[in-house]
Amino acid sequence: MPHWIDACAPGDIDAEDLIRFDHAGATHAIYHGPDGRFYATDGLCSHEHVHLADGLVMEFLIECPKHNGQFDYRTGEAKRAPVCVNLRTYPVRVEAGRVLVELP
Amino acid sequence: MGKRDYSPFGADAQRAVDRGLTAAEWYHTEVPRKVMKDLMTRTDQPAIRDTLILYGVMIACAGIGIALWPSWASLPFWLAYGVLYGSASDSRWHECGHGTAFRTPWMNDVVYQIASFMIMRNPATWRWSHARHHSETYFVGRDPEIAVMRPPDLARVMLNFFGIIDVMKFFPNLIRNALDGPTAEERTFVPESEWGKVRKVARIHLGIYAATLTLALWTHSILPLMVIGLPRMYGAWHHVMTGLLQHGGLADNVIDHRLNSRTVLMNPVSRFIYWNMNYHVEHHMFPMVPYHALPRLHETIKGDLPAPNRSILEGFREMWPAFRRQLAYEDYFIRRDLPASAKPYREDFHQFVPGMMAQASNAAE
Ligand code: FES
Repeated sequence: MPHWIDACAPGDIDAEDLIRFDHAGATHAIYHGPDGRFYATDGLCSHEHVHLADGLVMEFLIECPKHNGQFDYRTGEAKRAPVCVNLRTYPVRVEAGRVLVELP
Repeated sequence: MGKRDYSPFGADAQRAVDRGLTAAEWYHTEVPRKVMKDLMTRTDQPAIRDTLILYGVMIACAGIGIALWPSWASLPFWLAYGVLYGSASDSRWHECGHGTAFRTPWMNDVVYQIASFMIMRNPATWRWSHARHHSETYFVGRDPEIAVMRPPDLARVMLNFFGIIDVMKFFPNLIRNALDGPTAEERTFVPESEWGKVRKVARIHLGIYAATLTLALWTHSILPLMVIGLPRMYGAWHHVMTGLLQHGGLADNVIDHRLNSRTVLMNPVSRFIYWNMNYHVEHHMFPMVPYHALPRLHETIKGDLPAPNRSILEGFREMWPAFRRQLAYEDYFIRRDLPASAKPYREDFHQFVPGMMAQASNAAE
């Protein structure tokens, strides 16, 4: 049963940046897009066991810090080798000044 | 450690996996997020400028070389063209393969394809080999890009200054790739979804070489080969010279790039040809930082790194004797001192590697 989890305040993430968010033994990445909206994906790259939190956000792409693989963090789609497997994404909403992520 | 087995199917490759080396986390210098974001920023401008200069000078040199052919007066132009073709293509292949040189993806892709052709690397295969080189830098049996294996084969190294070994390996491999896709060894790091691409691009490269050779035979002149193919040999020396310094004589099977990579300060011409890859520790620690920001990254983290070599010559003076010592004692490597401001080397993992343990305790004595 999915739950909306309080992840952070909107001001905790700069525009075009991301933070790491750990919850219930799983790790995630929460993004602040250039459109002002927030997005969430799994935290680890689908290529190797590397966290995306040290990566670079360019518009709607997150570039992995290890081999420069890229994903569209809105859809999780793998966009640049060496990543081939899409990232899982999670719904996000902002409510009462908090960023909430719907996690399983 | 004794005799190293560099086969991807060998005992050392298996040992690296079994001991958890391949899953270990590499050491990184702490850099504040804001500073790192600034260093990682992508822009097209420096790479467009450098690419226009590179291809402009190449076209001019080849044009003059052809015009003066077969006079000896054409020689300096061929030498310059050769280095840009047979050496600058290595760094362009590298930077555009990472996708960091340009901000615009198609620009990275176009230069990557051209550079891969010139440096005689299958662009589909080598993208993956280089990813492995970054994950498992100088892990014996796992890293497909180890330039000098131990004990060093110095005759091979010397021949490669003229691209002889690389080219002799390249053409049989190209034919195999064109017929069957990646070899069994390449299949250990190229995912199956890419095998078709490996075959396709091999056929294109083979077609270009066949056309060039046909033209040379038809015109009874090696001139077409002076423009395409041969410069990978007569211009290879610079990329071999700089490439050897990247990891030569340093540790293997470690998870701290300060122990297995070397930063060398170089003259501006070599840095243009090499696209700042002389900042090699920095590049391995933070592959997201584009080449044009590496000097700034170096300034930011140098307090945590061994002092760089101050010239190519100084780098060779450090590296070459290490190669010679490795002829007698394979486990020997250079362990550079860290400045007082640096975090100590990570020895925790290295104690599982017998060569490292001996070396670390020697250093402590
Ligand atoms: S670990 Fe992310 S691209 Fe390789």
